[in-house]
Amino acid sequence: MEALSPTMEEGRLVKWNKHEGDPVKSGDTLAEVETDKAVMELVARADGQLLKVMVPEGTTVPVGNVVAWIGKPGEKLDGNAAPAPAPKGERSAVSGARETPAKPTPSAAPNPAPAPQPVAAVAPADATRVKASPLARRIAKDAGVDLKLVQGSGPGGRVIKRDVEGAPTATVAAQAVPRTADRAPRTGVPYEDVPLTQIRKTIAKRLAASIGPIPHFFLTTEIDMERAAEAREALNKQLGEEGGKISFNDIIIKAVALALVQHRACNAWFQEDHIRYWNEVHVGMAVAIEDGLITPVIRNADMKSLREIGAESRELAGRARNRRLKPEEYTGATFSVSNLGMFDIDQFTAVINPPESGIVAIGSIVAKAVPDGDRVVVRRRLRLTMSCDHRVIDGATGAVFLKTLKQMLENPLAMLL
Amino acid sequence: MATFDVIILGGGPAGYICAIRSAQLGLSTAVVEQDKLGWVCVNIGCIPTKALLHSAYIASILKESKEFGVEVSNIKTDYGVAMKRSRRVSDQNSKGVEFLMKKHKITVIKGTGVVQPGKKVKVGSDVHEAKKAVVIATGSRVKGIPQIGLEINKTTVISSDEALLLERVPDTLAIIGAGAVGMEFADIFQAFGVKVTLIEALPRILPIEDAESSDVLAKSYRKRGIDVIAGAKVTKATVGKDKVTLDIETGGGGEKKQVTAGAVLMAAGRAVNTENIGLKECGIQLTDRGFIKVDKNLQTTAPGYYAIGDVAGPPMLAHKGFREGAVVAEIIAGQKPHPIKYDNVPSVTYCHPEVASIGLTEDQCKERKLDYVAGRFPFSANGRARGTGETEGFVKILRDKKYGEILGAHIVGAHASEMIHELAVARENEYTVEEVDLAIHAHPTMSEAVGEAALDSLGRVLHI
Repeated sequence: MEALSPTMEEGRLVKWNKHEGDPVKSGDTLAEVETDKAVMELVARADGQLLKVMVPEGTTVPVGNVVAWIGKPGEKLDGNAAPAPAPKGERSAVSGARETPAKPTPSAAPNPAPAPQPVAAVAPADATRVKASPLARRIAKDAGVDLKLVQGSGPGGRVIKRDVEGAPTATVAAQAVPRTADRAPRTGVPYEDVPLTQIRKTIAKRLAASIGPIPHFFLTTEIDMERAAEAREALNKQLGEEGGKISFNDIIIKAVALALVQHRACNAWFQEDHIRYWNEVHVGMAVAIEDGLITPVIRNADMKSLREIGAESRELAGRARNRRLKPEEYTGATFSVSNLGMFDIDQFTAVINPPESGIVAIGSIVAKAVPDGDRVVVRRRLRLTMSCDHRVIDGATGAVFLKTLKQMLENPLAMLL
Repeated sequence: MATFDVIILGGGPAGYICAIRSAQLGLSTAVVEQDKLGWVCVNIGCIPTKALLHSAYIASILKESKEFGVEVSNIKTDYGVAMKRSRRVSDQNSKGVEFLMKKHKITVIKGTGVVQPGKKVKVGSDVHEAKKAVVIATGSRVKGIPQIGLEINKTTVISSDEALLLERVPDTLAIIGAGAVGMEFADIFQAFGVKVTLIEALPRILPIEDAESSDVLAKSYRKRGIDVIAGAKVTKATVGKDKVTLDIETGGGGEKKQVTAGAVLMAAGRAVNTENIGLKECGIQLTDRGFIKVDKNLQTTAPGYYAIGDVAGPPMLAHKGFREGAVVAEIIAGQKPHPIKYDNVPSVTYCHPEVASIGLTEDQCKERKLDYVAGRFPFSANGRARGTGETEGFVKILRDKKYGEILGAHIVGAHASEMIHELAVARENEYTVEEVDLAIHAHPTMSEAVGEAALDSLGRVLHI
């Protein structure tokens, strides 16, 4: 099991694209592996034939374990095909090559493929194959559920009836409200034990690491979004048929990025023995996905237009929900934004995603009666809460950053300055 | 005092399978059994009754053998001989279990176990300790109905335990309860020349099976002279020295009648063995119905104590216990076994004709307001069944109308117990009726009727 991302410690073998006996070339996709945050491709590091698969689909193995053997066609493995650490002779073990992947020895790659199958004939057919029961297939077809997006709970990850019932349909999938949040079925069973998925393990580890040792404090402010709303309406009107509308979230990301440029003290990583203050602004945005959340990163958000931010965030969120983000797309944020406004949450506190030292939590924008001089007017208001790591950000530091952010949102023209 | 990874209370089917699977997974294992290994199933349940049922089957086919061109005169039946053969079969099986325990290096502790806090089990004066888990598999026993005077006295009021050891049969026998046990003994005793009256409180015999299955069996039993009385309440029992008189009400109390028999066989339910084994002291709670309360992993309310088999709840079937035994061993060993699908446990009654089913009955489909289609195929239209003269019965498949899911399947007929597994595999793997049809069935076999019933549910039956 190769380390497919810097933080990966174990991987779940989702699907073998190549099967025992298939010819493989270095660089061919052998299998799909679910890492801590995404489904990635495991590629061959040697030429030859896939002699033996050591890890069945659906199994989780630590980085470094042998998952398969590649060797000369027809070559026999030792009796028990023990996961011997050193691939001897001409075989290459597909394993946790944290080090440079072993180059295939010249003799490992003679190419008398037993069956001269055109590669294309095998690969694409396999790449789209989903293990699913006939019943699940019928229900999925009827309900418009894409089986590729469904996590199977049957043997070896086989998709069975209960997985497709209530699964998000292709169109509804965009909402990606976690399935576990659905109303619990009243079956008489008091509770259900669900094993931790890779992503859930990672979330648990990272967020516990956050709220535990990180001295959080919270700053809340209420922002008048009337002008931002007007600006948004005007901009969207101008965009008109071109599509790619701008959302409040896009405006907030842009404002946060610009405010961070002005307050580098909040754009920083706590690094145990040092603080890394960032000059670049990379804003992570929390996206709810089936069974978890992930924070794709809008890089250099301060330098992007609202339109670019909008297009990029939609694209990243879409791929996040399909678990198709590359590691570099969800790591490296310098600050994060979490938005639960669409769920009608007034205000909340978000948990810092270390090593970042701040995150802003966005509530819903609601019309409120507010005093304006001696009269009362109705304005669209937003409650925003910033979580700060006190080791990096002090109360006043956070407060001035928030003040800038508030000014930008209350007077969107300030963003042009 | 000895220490093991796992100590299992009870060496019946659930217990001994749990022991074997635990040992396979490298756990040091002990089984505490007060009697013979294999317990009810092997000694006084599944196995000896199947031996006796085969004796009954031979007796019944010999009566009709003339039609097949084989004339046998002077047929005599001797229950004592059949019983002794059934004991040998049981003993062989029990020895087989003993061998399996040795093979897997499982320690068998003779005696009655009592669980104690701290994952300890007391047997006699010895206390043994489990490092990982204690598994309770103490099973169940027959019960009488003392409320109406039918306490089991082992002479005129007997249970299956005694029936299995009779040297000779009574002239007349009343059987109370027409579930699997009552049905099988009615079949056996009738074949050995006993005048049998079968009494069931619910409106039909084999009450948990599909109504059509009950109908076929009621007809078949009546035809061969068994008096079948369903919907009957026994209001009073007068137990004499060599006879029992039962006062019975049928038709909701509208009709009263009396049944007198040389003996009464109690076959109305079983009681679980949860008394005097230390459950309360360990904090192990029971359900309202008296079973041990378990969670999804079969763990009791006391961590480290598991319950499997009959004590863990219905269905009280050996094969359900087998599976629970294996699954619990895997859980204890830290594995994540595939969860048991309790709605996919086959139910089989080995009377003639046999009755086997899986999933929902047609009445249950109606109660749940499911949109279903029933497909049927009678064995009277099956070539193999005609050849053997075993044309009683049918295959019935209830399929979901929209997706073809097999909601339930019911087989009545010779070898129904063997044929049901095609549908168990189908249901377990979520094959629909179309996949059942796509599988080619050899000709001529009784199993063809399964494929035909699937086709019938699709409106495409071929042989009728």
